[in-house]
Amino acid sequence: MISLSSTAPPGVITSEGLAADLCCFPTRDRYVELAASFRADGFEMCVDLCGVDYLEHFGRWLPEGVEGTRFEVVVNLLSLSKKERVRVRVQAGNDAPEVDSLFELYPGTEAMEREAFDLFGILFTNHPDLTRILMPEEWEGHPLRKDYGAGRVPVQFKESPGPR
Amino acid sequence: MSDSNVRAAERLGLLTAETSEGAQELQRRAATNVDELGREVGAVLRLDGLTLDPTSIDHERRDDETMIINMGPSHPSTHGVLRLMLELDGEFVLRTKPVIGYLHTGMEKTGEELSYIQGATNVTRMDYLSPVINELCYSMAVEKLLGIEVPERAVWIRMMMSELNRISSHLVWMATNGMDLGASSMMIYGLRERELILAFFEKTAGLRLNLNYVRPGGVAADLPDGWPDDVLVICDTIYARTFEYDELLTGQPIFRNRMVGVAPLAAEEALALGVTGPLLRSTGVAWDLRRAMPYLAYDQVEFDVIVGTYGDNFDRYAIRLNEIRESIRIVRQCIEKMPSGDYRSQDPKVTPPPRARIGESMEALIHHFKLFTEGFHVPPGEVYAAVESPRGELGCYIVSDGTAKPYRLHVRAPSFVNLQAVSLLMRGGSMSDTITVISTIDPIMGEVDR
Repeated sequence: MISLSSTAPPGVITSEGLAADLCCFPTRDRYVELAASFRADGFEMCVDLCGVDYLEHFGRWLPEGVEGTRFEVVVNLLSLSKKERVRVRVQAGNDAPEVDSLFELYPGTEAMEREAFDLFGILFTNHPDLTRILMPEEWEGHPLRKDYGAGRVPVQFKESPGPR
Repeated sequence: MSDSNVRAAERLGLLTAETSEGAQELQRRAATNVDELGREVGAVLRLDGLTLDPTSIDHERRDDETMIINMGPSHPSTHGVLRLMLELDGEFVLRTKPVIGYLHTGMEKTGEELSYIQGATNVTRMDYLSPVINELCYSMAVEKLLGIEVPERAVWIRMMMSELNRISSHLVWMATNGMDLGASSMMIYGLRERELILAFFEKTAGLRLNLNYVRPGGVAADLPDGWPDDVLVICDTIYARTFEYDELLTGQPIFRNRMVGVAPLAAEEALALGVTGPLLRSTGVAWDLRRAMPYLAYDQVEFDVIVGTYGDNFDRYAIRLNEIRESIRIVRQCIEKMPSGDYRSQDPKVTPPPRARIGESMEALIHHFKLFTEGFHVPPGEVYAAVESPRGELGCYIVSDGTAKPYRLHVRAPSFVNLQAVSLLMRGGSMSDTITVISTIDPIMGEVDR
């Protein structure tokens, strides 16, 4: 079992000592700093990155000192050398969710961040090409948000945009 | 808990404005900025000094010298509905951009509407070539949240079925890879052998493809009578035939010319891109979750992790062929060591009562009714479970709010991440190599688009 407090920069809240999996709860401005310190500490791979919309589960459990927001970005880091996983949960904000991109640290997050943007509308600063990835470009709304009316409009395709 | 299940309208302050988005397609060079261009030619490594030579990105090149063409979405060798936009200079590929989403059916959203019992039928359709492993990953995540133990026999049944599934998945890969390269006899053989396994699946679970066999709490049914004989026949037949594939493909000059040394991947690149599975192992990184972070009973069986050296197409082929043999080794040990006992957890809150009990016990009837109307409640929390699928690390992230349906179900699909290596692998290769690259990456579009 790794010691999170040795890797995480001071001031970042971790779930160490709790029953849950190893989690870090950085603030938005310390998020990339934390990921960089993990990468330097041997977490070579960013396995997974996804968004969560906590609109209808706003009062979920969070450690003391972490203020929950509607959107959360959950990153799974993996260390092949230590055979350890760590989860980074960053509160992405309420009405304009935006976090920094991990692309410079882990280029493999490129598609995952696009997916989180596409399905949740979370913006990733400094992402090289933040466009929709699964939904059509002209789609309105972000379908995995809890306030998205599933089945509201049967088919949303519009005419093709024409030559660019 | 008072805050949970708040209607969206009561939290108007949290509702957000829409955001706009740009083009997904490959754009003309004049309309592409340098960052984006760099990514499209596969310049993925920006830290650690492993950058691509900036002069070779060649962003000064004029648009009238090159041609952008579409390959797919419905091209026979894209294994589904993958669309590749290629920028070509004659026969050579300069830039590649995979455009995905043609099979997006919102399965993660569907997962939020289905109870935990029904959820397995949903995830099994994501990676349609390895349904058992998808169900396994989902069930492991749910069981972790519930905190229940699975009986020993269920663990071994799960392990045997996932290894059989791995064999069948790799056999389809051998078949389609052969077809892509023009070795259409390999296609017939691969699908013929897979049929043996599918027949056993049908005998066990009642279905051939989307089994819904592994469920939270155990498996749906015990193995059928006489199963060791059936499985032994499968093992013997397929093991002997892997050597026929060797004769057919491994030494064949045409096959080797198209595979050896084509599209190499370095270990640093694979790690940076998050690529897992045979793609990562082909670069020499011995990373297999079955060995590195054992789940089920993989620490009690003997098998080798197959590792390549050069990371080229041929290594990826050889790894998959040999993984078939290793999986057969594991299946044989499962036959020997299969314990007796329950095939599913006896916790009445999770497992439906046996059919015979419903007629005589009021409590069994109530449990049965509650389980299939409402489903079981899962304690609030969030959990990530990962298994080694034939394509790499398959992960399942579930957020529970304490109700009978997942609040958020996210599947970390290995193909989705592996597909990012396309731009890097194809750069500078010829047009015909694109076929072998897609084939050896082995994307399953159902899983990519979910």
